Amino acid sequence: MTAPATRIIPDRLQSPLSRALRSWEAVLVIVAIAVFVTNAFASPYFLNAWNLSDATFNFTEKAMIAFAMAMLIIAGEIDLSVASIIALVSTAMGLAMQAGAGVPLLVVIGLGTGLLCGAINGFLVAGMGLPSIVVTIGTMSLFRGISYIVLGDQAFTGYPDGFDYFGQGYVWWVFSFELVLFAVMAVVFWALLHCTNFGRAVYAIGNNATAAQFSGIRVARVRFILFLLTGLTSGIAAICLTSRLGSTRPSIATGFELEVVTMVVLGGVSILGGSGSILGVVLAAFIMGMVTFGFGLLNVPGIVMSIFLGLLLIGVIAVPRLLRGK
Amino acid sequence: MSILKQREALLALAILLLIGLVATRFPAFVAPGSLVNVFNDTSPLILLAIGQMIVILTKCIDLSVAANLALCGMVAALMNGAGVPLPLILVAAIALGAALGAVNGLLVWKLGIPSIVVTLGTMTIYRGVIFLMTNGAWVNAHQMTDDFKALPRAVILGLPVMSWVTLAAIALFTVLLTRTPLGRSFYAVGGNPHAAVYTGINVGRTQCLAFMISGGLAGLTGYLWVARYAVAYVDIADGFELSVVAACVIGGVAIAGGAGSIAGAVLGALFLGVINNALPVVGISPFWQMAISGSAIVVAVCFNAAQSRTSGRIILKPQEVAR
Repeated sequence: MTAPATRIIPDRLQSPLSRALRSWEAVLVIVAIAVFVTNAFASPYFLNAWNLSDATFNFTEKAMIAFAMAMLIIAGEIDLSVASIIALVSTAMGLAMQAGAGVPLLVVIGLGTGLLCGAINGFLVAGMGLPSIVVTIGTMSLFRGISYIVLGDQAFTGYPDGFDYFGQGYVWWVFSFELVLFAVMAVVFWALLHCTNFGRAVYAIGNNATAAQFSGIRVARVRFILFLLTGLTSGIAAICLTSRLGSTRPSIATGFELEVVTMVVLGGVSILGGSGSILGVVLAAFIMGMVTFGFGLLNVPGIVMSIFLGLLLIGVIAVPRLLRGK
Repeated sequence: MSILKQREALLALAILLLIGLVATRFPAFVAPGSLVNVFNDTSPLILLAIGQMIVILTKCIDLSVAANLALCGMVAALMNGAGVPLPLILVAAIALGAALGAVNGLLVWKLGIPSIVVTLGTMTIYRGVIFLMTNGAWVNAHQMTDDFKALPRAVILGLPVMSWVTLAAIALFTVLLTRTPLGRSFYAVGGNPHAAVYTGINVGRTQCLAFMISGGLAGLTGYLWVARYAVAYVDIADGFELSVVAACVIGGVAIAGGAGSIAGAVLGALFLGVINNALPVVGISPFWQMAISGSAIVVAVCFNAAQSRTSGRIILKPQEVAR
């Protein structure tokens, strides 16, 4: 009888390089390059620093929310009320503006309203244990509904001087305030999700909330904080969007929730929770922004763009499953 | 007392209370003709809520119903313009709706994609297709034939055809859910999918059928909607899917699946319908509607959670959970 051959288990099952090359993020980089090159050939106006800078406005506001939404979806929850939070925040700022508030106060009120909306969602989901889909479908009509009650078919205009900086100002050369803020928030959320205990807890809850609870993670508190974060980032996005448009209507940011969720899912975050990365979301934001911009240069109507987004949302999940044979 | 504990009875009471409250100040609101009007106005919501309720029973959600309605309505209007006879249009609208529902269902069944993602996607795709077909143009009243527009409004025995269709659907699906194996399997799939598999039920196929029912009803409602309001364009029934989900949640349909009744969904829809019809009568701006239905969803879902241990028909669940 020969002794059983010793099996050598390598330190790493896959070399880091081949793992990086096979990751979803690598696919996204290739897609981003492909979209960029296609656009550059399709339109002579694409390769222009100022045009490209304008194009970033297509995704910066949505991407800010997408960072928080990615963490929320990784934790196994979802927030469909983000676009309605934008409407309510914008309305609150409009009311404050009419009462004569200055720029700093407007920002405080905007962020505060966003946090308050997030806290309401968080209380209902984490505090009372209700399903987040239904809760946020409810608050989605509630928040925007309040906006409609206040404004009806009217609009707030005439925001004070200096308020336009958030949506229209440039920090340096072609780098707008929104783009810089987007980059800063990307780094902050990357650090929060990938470098802190809180981030680990988010993954743990998404993979198995019960196990997370038994390993000492305060599941309800983490969920509550995540809803606060989506509320806060929606507030930030609302300040930028209101500043960029210079006005508030109750229909502001309609359909943003779909684009934000699409961005997150396209970025490789599992809709069932438990996996995903901020880098993926950043890449997905760039891809969606460039595709929107490219379609715009080619005079493709916005609604055709939304068909494309819908197909993208389903295709991104369906194609890998088809290739794996389910 | 025990009947008061039932969700349906409580909801019916709340609706009567609401009607009574309005009637104290505006007696004309409770005239039979006015109440028939309220029911007729709520008919599209009731029809869609029935379909949505069956989908939710199977642990799914269909956010594409309103877009499906708009697409089928537009196709019906275009077919009418092309001179297709009315019965054929009706069949085509229902078949197209069911086919669009089947697209949702197949993606959920064959690829295992969560229904909320699938229907968020198809919601924008279906609406986009209307734009591609029409380039954003409207189909107006003068482009529709008289019999096309007259059918939902035709009065038989004091009720418009639209209301009769709704009553027929309520009866049909009540029988389907309570008296047929398919109806039981909807409850079984939502109540406990694993147990359902062991009893020989194909979970994915059942979910797909639920989507087809929801789609078929949306197709039928699409024709009724376009014919009644005599106009078809890209944005008809925009955001209506939220009211439909609201009606189900208010009607005590558990979002986790497996519990709910047709009566609940119908009463939930009527609750919203009475509010919507009462607001202008009482003199409150229609801009309040959205916030009110939003609050109603939130309150109802809190209420559902508090009641979840005692309400609903949960079969194929462990005894201690079903109680």
